[in-house]
Amino acid sequence: MAKILMKGNEAIGEAAIKAGCRYFFGYPITPQTELPEYMSRRLPEEGGVFLQAESEIAAINMVYGAAGSGVRVMTSSSSPGIALKQEGISYICGAMLPCVIVNIVRGGPGLGGIQPAQSDYYQVTRGGGNGDYRLIVYAPANLQETVDIMQEAFDVSEYYRVPVMLVGDGMIGQMMEPIEFKDRQPNFQDKPWATTGTKGERKPNIVNSLYLDPQELENNNLALDKIYKEIEKNEVRYEAVNVEDADVVVVAYGTTSRIVKSVLEECDKEGLKVGLIRPITLWPYPFEAFDKINPECKGILCTEMSLGQMIDDVRIAANGRWKTHFYGRTGGMVPQPDDIKAEIMKILRGEK
Amino acid sequence: MSIVYKRSEGLTDAITNYCPGCTHGIITKLVAEVMVELGILGDAIGVAPVGCSVMCYNFFNCDMQQAAHGRAPAVATGIKRVQPDKVVFTYQGDGDLASIGTNEIVHAAHRGEKITTIFVNNAIYGMTGGQMAPTTLIGQKTTTSPLGRTEEHSGKPIRISEMLATIDGAKYVARVTVDKPANIAKAKKAIKKAFQTQLEGKGFAIVEVLSACPTNWGLAPNEALQWLRDNMIPYYPLGTFKDWEEE
Ligand SMILES: Cc1ncc(C[n+]2csc(CCOP(=O)(O)OP(=O)(O)O)c2C)c(N)n1
Ligand code: SF4
Ligand SMILES: [Mg+2]
Repeated sequence: MAKILMKGNEAIGEAAIKAGCRYFFGYPITPQTELPEYMSRRLPEEGGVFLQAESEIAAINMVYGAAGSGVRVMTSSSSPGIALKQEGISYICGAMLPCVIVNIVRGGPGLGGIQPAQSDYYQVTRGGGNGDYRLIVYAPANLQETVDIMQEAFDVSEYYRVPVMLVGDGMIGQMMEPIEFKDRQPNFQDKPWATTGTKGERKPNIVNSLYLDPQELENNNLALDKIYKEIEKNEVRYEAVNVEDADVVVVAYGTTSRIVKSVLEECDKEGLKVGLIRPITLWPYPFEAFDKINPECKGILCTEMSLGQMIDDVRIAANGRWKTHFYGRTGGMVPQPDDIKAEIMKILRGEK
Repeated sequence: MSIVYKRSEGLTDAITNYCPGCTHGIITKLVAEVMVELGILGDAIGVAPVGCSVMCYNFFNCDMQQAAHGRAPAVATGIKRVQPDKVVFTYQGDGDLASIGTNEIVHAAHRGEKITTIFVNNAIYGMTGGQMAPTTLIGQKTTTSPLGRTEEHSGKPIRISEMLATIDGAKYVARVTVDKPANIAKAKKAIKKAFQTQLEGKGFAIVEVLSACPTNWGLAPNEALQWLRDNMIPYYPLGTFKDWEEE
């Protein structure tokens, strides 16, 4: 297919349709509203259904009902709306329903702001809903990567019966970039568990997350854990640049990683050895990427549009092998290349 | 010997968890019987609430989904929008529907979702041990209104059927009870009508069933039914509030 120019939010919608998604339940919130708007136009053309729910709570529960009916379904929102969806996400995980949730993150806490942010790393990787559950979380850094992931996300979610969350920020949602949709056929799984009516020909199917017997609940959680371990083995994605002989390694994802890349180009010209680890999956986290870092590396700099959340995983990954440092801006403010460079120089000069 | 009465095919063999004298059991059975009589069991998908009837996903002999507290109408919406040819119903208590889930039920009605809701009003939170509900009567003692509900503190009980009947998308709204055989027969008729409303593609349908909770009312089963007659029916009048066939 030829390259076309699309806005991020709309490209996400079209990629979902190409992946066989025909159902969308959502609620308006900036900066993701173009996505539901796009779906309201496109899904009826594809014989699907777009429905604007009365709230994010209702929307995610509609997703639960639709996913339990065995179809490809998605919702999208931004930070405060994702907060409301947490209950439903926990139920979806407990009931092992596949779906895709798009989260175009904005600044918080509270109503916060509408500018790009990465301050919901905890929310998306540490749950927010109750219970021992995980989501597969992708954080692409450009539109091509976003649509590629979106085209695969439904396959991945159905295969494991674990919901997928795609995390972007206002920048990804709003920007226009040339993209190319892949010619790839969705890999639909059989869903003998779906509630589609017994027709009197089989025992009732039950979509459920309640296990009153603690042993049964533990068994269910252990079964989920087995799947999560499988995901950790198969689905980790990241980009690592020049980490083997780096004197400093910067860790950044999404929009922030684009800024870091421009800083790295400059460092390269000056002969400074600075590497990059860019997690593409926030869960499962690319811990293995850190094992390739130069043992003599002077320090790792984690850069985020937050006051330091992914830094926790960076510290776990470093495991005391290197010093770890943090630099971030928050509230919708974007880290500037010069400031990131200054932090790198401090580490190189041993001032940090 | 001919069989004059048997367990409905709409029910599984599971033993219910309802207390002795609880009228949830009668209501669950009526819904099962209606589905069999309408021949829709194989096409039915039910949504269980959070409350004493949470395990009804094990009782109804049809496909079921279990929903978060109050969210059954949203889950049912998701199912029905994907499978418009199927028969989708929710079975919800008054804490579930009239408190935490008011948003979901009002908007399911407002959109005219073609689903059927069975609303079991026992004026109390049964499952959690008898706390006050929005439907608890003035003066009624519960574990969180130990001196009896007062209007000043908690307002007057909410009348869900009357409220939902004001919404255009609600095409059938009735309040019934199951305190005696004659009323059980009427309740069954109303439940059937609520499913027919969906089968005819008319819109949203709800049957509110006044139900006894002897355990948390602290009454013997027969006393509980009398309490329901003396206190609930005067405040929650029985009747049909909306009927598409009579408009
Ligand atoms: C989000 C959430 N809040 C609270 C509860 C606890 N809870 C379980 S059942 C219930 C009340 C149910 O009462 P009702 O809907 O009237 O049903 P009944 O048991 O009376 O039939 C509550 C509050 C819960 N499970 N989930
Ligand atoms: S607690 Fe009340 S509502 Fe619940 S099963 Fe017992 S009698 Fe019925
Ligand atoms: Mg109740």
